[in-house]
Amino acid sequence: MLRLLTPKPASAGSEFRPRVSIFGLISKIILIALVNALGLFMVSQFFLVNQVGLAVFAILGLVIINVIYWRRKGLPAKYLTPGLVFLLAFQVFVIIYTVIISFTNSGTGHNVSKESAIESIINNSIVRLEGSPTYNVRVLEQGGNLFLLATSPDGEFLLGGNNQPLESVVPSNIVSGIATEVDGYSTLELAQLFAVQEQLAELTVPLDEDPAKGYLRSANGSSAFIFVQNLLFDASTNTLVHSSTGETFVDNGEGNFVDANGEQLQPGWSTTVGFANYSKVFGAAAQFELLGVFVWTLSYAVASVALTFGLGLFLAITINGLRGTRVYRSLLILPYAFPVFLSGLIWSGLLNETFGYVNQVLLGGAEVPWLQDPILAKISVILVSVWFGFPYFFLVCLGALQSVPTELAEAARVDGAKPFQVFSQITLPLVLVATSPLLVAGFAFSFNDFNTIFVLTSGGPINVDSSISAGATDILITLVYKQAFVSDTVDFGLASAFAVIIFLVITIMSVFLFRRTRALEEVY
Amino acid sequence: MKTRSSFLGWVAKRGWRHLVAIVMSVIAVFPLLYVLSASFAVSGTLTASNQIFASFTLDNYVELLSDPGRPYLKWWFNTLIISASAATIALLFGALAAYAFSRLRFSGRRFGLGALVLAQMFPQFLGVVAIFLIVRTLGEAIPMLGLNTHTGLIVVYLGGALGVNTYLMYGYFNTIPREIDEAAKIDGVSHVRTFFTIILPLAAPVLVVVWMITYIAVASDFVIASTILSDPNMQTATVGLFTMISLFRSDNWGAFSAGALLSALPVVLMFLFGQKYIIGGLTTGSVK
Repeated sequence: MLRLLTPKPASAGSEFRPRVSIFGLISKIILIALVNALGLFMVSQFFLVNQVGLAVFAILGLVIINVIYWRRKGLPAKYLTPGLVFLLAFQVFVIIYTVIISFTNSGTGHNVSKESAIESIINNSIVRLEGSPTYNVRVLEQGGNLFLLATSPDGEFLLGGNNQPLESVVPSNIVSGIATEVDGYSTLELAQLFAVQEQLAELTVPLDEDPAKGYLRSANGSSAFIFVQNLLFDASTNTLVHSSTGETFVDNGEGNFVDANGEQLQPGWSTTVGFANYSKVFGAAAQFELLGVFVWTLSYAVASVALTFGLGLFLAITINGLRGTRVYRSLLILPYAFPVFLSGLIWSGLLNETFGYVNQVLLGGAEVPWLQDPILAKISVILVSVWFGFPYFFLVCLGALQSVPTELAEAARVDGAKPFQVFSQITLPLVLVATSPLLVAGFAFSFNDFNTIFVLTSGGPINVDSSISAGATDILITLVYKQAFVSDTVDFGLASAFAVIIFLVITIMSVFLFRRTRALEEVY
Repeated sequence: MKTRSSFLGWVAKRGWRHLVAIVMSVIAVFPLLYVLSASFAVSGTLTASNQIFASFTLDNYVELLSDPGRPYLKWWFNTLIISASAATIALLFGALAAYAFSRLRFSGRRFGLGALVLAQMFPQFLGVVAIFLIVRTLGEAIPMLGLNTHTGLIVVYLGGALGVNTYLMYGYFNTIPREIDEAAKIDGVSHVRTFFTIILPLAAPVLVVVWMITYIAVASDFVIASTILSDPNMQTATVGLFTMISLFRSDNWGAFSAGALLSALPVVLMFLFGQKYIIGGLTTGSVK
């Protein structure tokens, strides 16, 4: 979707009208044409698969884009649109969609629309009619479609295909009582059958106009049996009816057809379930645990940022101006340069209870359960997160320290301030002011620090009593991921409900945080 | 500065600072030396890796690259392609927006700037379930953007193009004197040309930094990459290595170490060579 690769606006609404360069104009036309071509292609594809909603959105988007880039005014929009389009599609819409999913039962067994669910239930219900006679068949081909030429047990010759019931036919060749050819069709040989296996598997020829009579199907292309469809969908009553026993399956309103005993037919479909997921989250037992996870997430974020920043600042102060600063800096920057996910795995090896370096070598064979004991695991993840993060704050603080005007410190010194006073009353406050917005950012990052936790402990050690399968080091975001993708039965609805709650928590926190820092004032 | 009268005096004033610096450098570097040694260890187990640089062999690398069950080379190139494309396009989009915020005045500008800072409070992967379902649906219509495609993943990452990085660039653009634009304008240079031929070259340091930060973020992403790419041939090194190590942690250690090193190599090199830019970019953009 490189729809919006770019703005090449030609006009500027200013008093100095620039020369319109031919090159500029041509590139603009080419780019917009490309965007339109891609956009229209997408629209047609959306219509093809019946995604009318998406198609409408795409058309609307294209119209807006064309307006933005062809009109003379509105220069800012021309620069903002490329990024904004993706922001809207993959951030804003993602949030909205998360909210929508949180009200559904989407997940294992509830993955498709109701129509597709009915279709697969019915297809699954097609079974061979017990004791049905064997038909000798040949597979014929005409215009890419397959047909069955059948010789019934009574010696009758019949021809039919998908959605085309069997009809009597006069074969053009008969070998030992079995029809093998019909004019206008070509008979497939064994070798050719191999190439159309899949098509053959789907060839279902109705015996009669009435589907209840059954279908002829052949697995090998030489003999066929009668199959019947056990379940029929009755749209007027919204039920599935068993064709022989008459048993009915009703829509239970929760995305499944159920029989009188409440037994479900699989698959089900995705449907809205109101606040069911939220009541699971805030259910009596879960509520308490969730609060625990929240408190831990908060403590982790605060401890991690405070220690990371503290260490970074301390190192910056200690090393600034030292001979060899550059060498130290190159070494200290390394943890930041190594992708967290990989160095996390390395740390999990180092801290391994039985074979890890820390226990084996540094502690001479002690078996300290760094990542297995609930309390130790919490401490370990915080310490490792400090290892990941301190280089960043070290660099930032070093930069801030070096940008403090030397005149200020000198003036203070002239006025008789002691070096420590100069530091604590002039340098440090300036550094703090400069770095406070980054502290907020760091906090936000740690609050959702999926990588560190997931890689080191996967949220464990597991707490077997937990009703939301939360481990000792699980933070909110790892809980969501595990809920949605790791366990055997995935529950998209529940996971999204968790995500929505995290969104809300973060929103409240950021309002609070930004009010209390100068982060936003810096903006203006 | 001239108080180095005695050794003790030096220790009190400077020596302890060197000591702190050395200790922290060791802590910073050790895990990386350890993994380097593990990748060359003869027996590729966790226990064997505890003897730092006790043996040397390239077996782990051979094992890593020769097992058809885990196409490491493909992972490596997948990572490179995905991260570099996402970083480059995101940089372009971000720079365009930053230019608008820095040089143009429009209603919603202040709100927009605030939103850029706020955006990072909501990491994209929080909506991973929705992203998965959206990409799955997109793929039904346009296979190129569906599950198990690199383009699909890159497009998702572009959703994060506007964010705190844009804010970094905005800060840097503000330090470029406005007179330069004005002069260009008077000479009849269009704003597009001003942007591409004057502003961008002057902002090179911050562009380098943002590109690297984005590259690293994308290359180390696990959540979104692992949900969208399930086919081993399409996966990134991060996802592939995790799958490889999560099954047999202590046995695959040597091969994993080799893989981790090779994966980190481009990033580490970028960092060491681009250090000057990183420090300049981080401090000018964010601090000032």
